[in-house]
Amino acid sequence: MATAISAAPETLHTLPTDLVRQIQWRFADRYDLQMLIQSVRAVARGPVARLVAAGGRNSHEWTEQKSELLEYFDKSGITAVFMEPEQGGFIAGPKNLALALVAFELAWVDGGAATGSLAGCLALAPIHERGTPEQRDHYMRLAAPAQPGEERRPWRGAFCLTEPIPYVGVDTGMLNGKLRVESWNPGDEPILHVEKRGRFITNIGFANFVTAAVDSADPRIKGSCMVILEEGDPGTFDRGTPTRKLVHQLSSTGDPIFSLRIPASRIVGGYDIKDGVIVPRFSHSEVIEAVFRRTRVTVGVMTAAKLLSAVEPIIRYQRGRFRGAEMATPGSIRYELGLQQREDALHRLVDVWAAGEASASLGFAASRLFDELDPIEREIDEQLTQRGITGARARMKIFREAWDEAVKLLDLPAYDAQRAKLEADPMLRFVQMDSLADVLCPATKLWNTGFGSQMMREAVSLMGGYGITEDCPGFLGHKWMDSQLEATYEGPEAVQRRQLSVTMTNPVFLAQFRNWVREMREIAATHPGTGACTLATAMLLWLWSIDHLQHTSDADGSKLYHSARQGVTFPLADALCWLVAARCQILDVLELERRGGEDAALADGLHGLLNFMSDLCHVQTARASGEAGRICAELVFGYNRHPAWDAEGYKSCYRAEDLDELESIMPGIAACALDVIATDGSHAGKAGPCAGCAGLQQFQVLRSRLDICLTGCRLAKDRAAEAISKIMIPEALDYPA
Amino acid sequence: MRNGYHIVVCGSIVPDPLQTLEPIETPGGPALKNEMMLPAVLDPWASHALYEAANLASKVAGSKVWLVSVAPKAKLQQVMMTVAQKVSFELVAVDGPASGFGDAYGVAAILADEVQSIAGLDRSRLLVFGGWESASRGAGVTMQLVGERLGIADQFQGVDQITTQADGSFEVLERIEGGRHQVSMCSGPPALLGWATGNLPEPRNNPQVGMANMRTVMPALQRAKAAALAGSGLRFLSTTPPKQQRQTRIVKNRPVEEIAQEIVEWIGK
Repeated sequence: MATAISAAPETLHTLPTDLVRQIQWRFADRYDLQMLIQSVRAVARGPVARLVAAGGRNSHEWTEQKSELLEYFDKSGITAVFMEPEQGGFIAGPKNLALALVAFELAWVDGGAATGSLAGCLALAPIHERGTPEQRDHYMRLAAPAQPGEERRPWRGAFCLTEPIPYVGVDTGMLNGKLRVESWNPGDEPILHVEKRGRFITNIGFANFVTAAVDSADPRIKGSCMVILEEGDPGTFDRGTPTRKLVHQLSSTGDPIFSLRIPASRIVGGYDIKDGVIVPRFSHSEVIEAVFRRTRVTVGVMTAAKLLSAVEPIIRYQRGRFRGAEMATPGSIRYELGLQQREDALHRLVDVWAAGEASASLGFAASRLFDELDPIEREIDEQLTQRGITGARARMKIFREAWDEAVKLLDLPAYDAQRAKLEADPMLRFVQMDSLADVLCPATKLWNTGFGSQMMREAVSLMGGYGITEDCPGFLGHKWMDSQLEATYEGPEAVQRRQLSVTMTNPVFLAQFRNWVREMREIAATHPGTGACTLATAMLLWLWSIDHLQHTSDADGSKLYHSARQGVTFPLADALCWLVAARCQILDVLELERRGGEDAALADGLHGLLNFMSDLCHVQTARASGEAGRICAELVFGYNRHPAWDAEGYKSCYRAEDLDELESIMPGIAACALDVIATDGSHAGKAGPCAGCAGLQQFQVLRSRLDICLTGCRLAKDRAAEAISKIMIPEALDYPA
Repeated sequence: MRNGYHIVVCGSIVPDPLQTLEPIETPGGPALKNEMMLPAVLDPWASHALYEAANLASKVAGSKVWLVSVAPKAKLQQVMMTVAQKVSFELVAVDGPASGFGDAYGVAAILADEVQSIAGLDRSRLLVFGGWESASRGAGVTMQLVGERLGIADQFQGVDQITTQADGSFEVLERIEGGRHQVSMCSGPPALLGWATGNLPEPRNNPQVGMANMRTVMPALQRAKAAALAGSGLRFLSTTPPKQQRQTRIVKNRPVEEIAQEIVEWIGK
């Protein structure tokens, strides 16, 4: 029967559509990306999902069925995403957002499939970023899928870094691969010998070429470099045994062994000969820095996809939980709402959803930033090369010289006359964006995957026992496990924290961060429901804390903020990640409000959608602020020694007899005295006199204010929970499980 | 056919079939709950027609395919992100309602006007394709009305196959009762074919095709004229979704014959 429209307050009606995401993640004007998504989705929710549902993840070997996915990737355009149109691709310009969207769509179903597709790009990335024009053209064309009428199979690549075992993944400065000169006839190109053992190398089961990091083991070769190995090269190209992974089984992983002879022209980026020594133009670390700072973002986006993909299956499970039971008759609350009649089930789902939104917002913001940064970086590269400035140190010196001007620009009022001139300077724009990229990339990798895996556990728990079965709709159990690998590969959490501990103190970044505080206050003035004001306070607290910790020593006089003091730097990096993710989430909701109103297709439900999304922001900012506040408080107070009941501690106590005298002069003072030493020397039974807060009063004020700023956040959670209980979802999931 | 066919496919969008479809009453008549917010797809019946059109065009040199669609253009744009990757065509978009409760008479009038206004369309080569039915609410007469308005007398409904001859004539297979087809020979265009499912699988997405199509799709969407359905006094007394019954069992390794027998018995209950 038809039902009448109710006049209920505006709330969320349906799950966010593609159009909503296009606006939030800023590709509403990019139909190439919109088509890409549809194309990837058809593969992800079609052959990939069918393979997972059929138990394709139950083997470590690279099977025929898994191999078939590669052809689907080729035909749907996934393989060609990384290429320029003239190389067989179809997207012109920077492709960071495109790759992030591909990863998002594939990881919505299976992280291994996403990793497999991205690993091919990772293999090409060193060539793309630092290869010679000849290397780029050659390998990109080989790796591009065959065009109509062409009879060839595209080459697949693998990326092989691998530090010495057992320190895998911890220190990218140490390599186990060795490079020697095999033969070098005068006037001829040198022939090199590569010895390399890889570990956990993705795509190795079928790779035709490998980009491998190697170190010189020959005085005639300087430093380290990356080289390109081909399966037909003379020597040993042993793919090794498949890794017995518990996760990502749709990607091929193994421990290969290479002992090959290659021409020196396979050194990525080329080489020069100086005084009879082969000098690679790029060290391996220069190459991988350019590569990883981009590809790590896509990994973070993958975990975000998992969280958001969990929402629909959980809602369906919660609502249908009691259907079929005798007590749950159609029309009853138990039948209609199932577990959603309980507040806890809804609140936990709100947490999962909010975390998913924040991590997606952060990941896509980072990928968009790299799209903006890419052309400017190339422009600056060319400028510096023309000026004869090469080498990482010389370039860093130039960038540091620009920092002051960049900070000055960031601190200028919007109406200042100097602003236009400074903004036009590409170097200033570069250092500004670069400093941001240096933070957003590791923040995405660290927070999205680390906290994301925690929230995936929460998502699995919301499905009860079903969550840890192969039959769980949405493959949530698999996704939970997969997220742990995502937190590890391409630089584990410690590497990301280490990087953040350096980059977050860049004055150019901090100047931008200070501006974000103002930005959040302004947003809060017009959008109080987003929690932006709370976030601004938490940001201030973090700023105060990092400044304090950088200029303070611990109780033993040791400096607090320095590279070896990871107990200080790493938690501060964690706190920062929470804050930047929450900020990105708020900005995405504002964008949705700004552009959503222009779109007729969104007009119907926009108000309700914005209400819900704002509530999710509020929930997330409260959580983020709470985490940041807790971390900062631990660090600010935690390195002071607690007073003891000793001579030093007594200095902060009243003596009982003194207090009696004072009481006669100032009645009531005794009630204010915290610690009193009795005439017989006895005192209250506790750890010691209460710690003071000399010099930390400002922190206390901020922390107290932050706590009060949480006002209303649980009301937002209640509203979001109620909205979830009413949202209309599809009849069934759009991929098999 | 010496110069190829001019194939115009008429088709609009419908809510994604996985969505919950709940009729509601609005001041403007019946509608689906949250319809504007639900993801949409090209009507599956029209999709078959489009794939058959593209297949025919690929076999007969000089042929060209247009897709004429009346739908809210913002939603149509979203649908095009998938459809445009399937086959090559030129879009003719009309910004209007795509509701299943629209009057087929009004829809046919808009479609016929748009077909007639296509620049360079050669009536002597014209084949009008569309869905025999619709996944939203099958009035079942829209394509007939379009054909009448265009003055096309040769109409075929429930088409599953078209086989062209060198002289421009073609054989058409139309569905009739009992799972059989009626075979007809048509001397040539103009003709109208309301497609059933055809025989072709859904083409894979091909971003290269999509990028090529987008050169005309986006401009077509931007210049889409707004069109309102003329009121014809159509009134719905009540609306209700089709009844559905789901009885799911997981049975493995059962012979096909036994499965078929069980389905027949189930239908007969």
